[in-house]
Amino acid sequence: MDKFTTLTGIAAPLPMVNVDTDMIIPKQFLKTIKREGLGVNLFDEMRYDRQGNEIPEFVLNKPQYRDAEILIGGENFGCGSSREHAPWAIKDFGIRCVIAPSFADIFFNNCFKNGILPIALPQEQVDILMKDAEKGANARMTVDLEKQEITTSDGEVISFQVDPFRKHCLLNGLDDIGLTMEKAARIDAFEANLEQSRPWV
Amino acid sequence: MTAPKTLYDKIWDAHLVHEAEDGTSLLYIDRHLVHEVTSPQAFEGLRMAGRTVRAPDKTIAVPDHNVPTTLDRANGIKNEESRIQVEALDRNAKDFGIHYYPVSDLRQGIVHIVGPENGWTLPGMTVVCGDSHTATHGAFGALAHGIGTSEVEHVLATQTLIQSKSKNMKVEITGELRPGVTAKDITLSVIGRTGTAGGTGHVIEYCGEAIRELSMEGRMTVCNMAIEGGARAGLIAPDEKTFEYIKGRSHAPKGAQWEAAMEWWKTLFSDEDAHWDKVITIRGEDIAPVVTWGTSPEDVLPIDAVVPAPEDFQGGKVEAAKRSLDYMGLQPGTKLSDVEIDTVFIGSCTNGRIEDLRAAAAVLKGKKIKAGLRAMVVPGSGLVRAQAEEEGLADIFQEAGFEWRLAGCSMCLAMNPDQLAPGERCASTSNRNFEGRQGYKGRTHLMSPAMAAAAAVTGKLTDVREMM
Repeated sequence: MDKFTTLTGIAAPLPMVNVDTDMIIPKQFLKTIKREGLGVNLFDEMRYDRQGNEIPEFVLNKPQYRDAEILIGGENFGCGSSREHAPWAIKDFGIRCVIAPSFADIFFNNCFKNGILPIALPQEQVDILMKDAEKGANARMTVDLEKQEITTSDGEVISFQVDPFRKHCLLNGLDDIGLTMEKAARIDAFEANLEQSRPWV
Repeated sequence: MTAPKTLYDKIWDAHLVHEAEDGTSLLYIDRHLVHEVTSPQAFEGLRMAGRTVRAPDKTIAVPDHNVPTTLDRANGIKNEESRIQVEALDRNAKDFGIHYYPVSDLRQGIVHIVGPENGWTLPGMTVVCGDSHTATHGAFGALAHGIGTSEVEHVLATQTLIQSKSKNMKVEITGELRPGVTAKDITLSVIGRTGTAGGTGHVIEYCGEAIRELSMEGRMTVCNMAIEGGARAGLIAPDEKTFEYIKGRSHAPKGAQWEAAMEWWKTLFSDEDAHWDKVITIRGEDIAPVVTWGTSPEDVLPIDAVVPAPEDFQGGKVEAAKRSLDYMGLQPGTKLSDVEIDTVFIGSCTNGRIEDLRAAAAVLKGKKIKAGLRAMVVPGSGLVRAQAEEEGLADIFQEAGFEWRLAGCSMCLAMNPDQLAPGERCASTSNRNFEGRQGYKGRTHLMSPAMAAAAAVTGKLTDVREMM
């Protein structure tokens, strides 16, 4: 997994509640058997018309946000399906950090597995960042995972919470499976016990 | 004496392999269900790392999302990408030696219907699947939730999942349901009350008299949509109905093992003094047949209500409601029962079980669908389809003018050819009314099978109670 340490970049404002995974990556792109190449279809139905032309009003089509690396969203971001194609598409586009007042559980989890940092903040703080993002390409914000701080283009500092284990994995680019494999003896012991206690499983 | 526990606490504790100081836990997974859309990258990951499936006997795969549901599907899948994805699952199931129900198997169907139907899902188990509607299995008192593809790979490789514990939420439905009100109305009404983020960070246990009275099929419908309420999982404590449903199914325990299992299963309930982080109580009598009007499952109203106005909401929901109304092509103040539809879809992991088909057929018996309407029934599995044919339900549907399809996810998410055209409006028994969910610019109204059947007859959203 790619490490996430510090990121300084353009933040794109997407002030919508309940951004669902069908919006992030519509179903027709779930037929891939690969993880890569989905960035071009990120937010496909909001980003392109039926002929495949860009819809200029959509935030990621605006010149100042085409290279956004941070996305600021509304409540319950990423609700809906478990499709990991959603974070794959976000990452493939070049976004490594999503900030919102709240996230749907599975999406939140999926982000961490792909080197994306999702940050949940109180609405008032998201509002500050949303305003900052609306300034466009001149407004670069910095996300520092080690310090757990976001610095706006005006120098305002907002601290955030992150689960210590997930932070450790992101900072070091650690693969979960490798870490769990180190606990193989514990899993063996659990299974041996299971044979006795719940043999029908 | 140990501290009182919730059902969730009990299942959690019974599956804890390891807990780190910060609470990060390794949870053992009893059943891993797999389908074709969220698994190819996971199997590829195993191959690249030279890993195997740790517990192939606990891993069950079935293609469902992409499969055509038309009768000619034995001739193969025309869409190349879909075909490749299903073929990849065929190959992965064979290469890694996991249980498999291919498209040609009578038992093939939607993964969340196939699991319980074949006795794979049992009380007290941990069940995961790369699909958010895994919550369905919670109806058996199993801790069941959706995971992403990276986690699918993690479970394949280690039979465990890294988790942190959720909070406990109790949703109690007291008293009795009124005539015409079903499990779907319960689950939609709960989401309407709590919002799509109301359950975030929680595992919901549904309880109360109205839940106890539901059949296993109804309980699956309720738990299925726990995810739409934001919850990690939905649970219902097992009881005699649960045991009765399971007994004799092909992969359910038998003989002495059944007795041993029953002994444990009967301990699976929340202790009286257990701690709840959140409690919601709804009177069963207060629940009406409902439909959704917008593009979020929380946009729920009784069928006798009118389309709301954006000003009826607050905060970010004002803009969201404007966008929803525009997308749905609805005017505030319009009676919901005046909204005309083009399509009816009965099926999905929410409402593709035999009881759902019985409820729809009861409304349709001796009636015809409105002329010009497209209506289809997609049974949740080959076994449901066979049973419905045996009970004469298939005839009722076909005589009414419904298409009688083969099993799959179909128009619930429209990954196969069953899709809405732009602007088409659908009365649907599925679980999501998101923009584009059932087809680009398609408009979805969620409701129960009986309500969808009523809508098919009149050609508009309809209060099924008027047809009873």
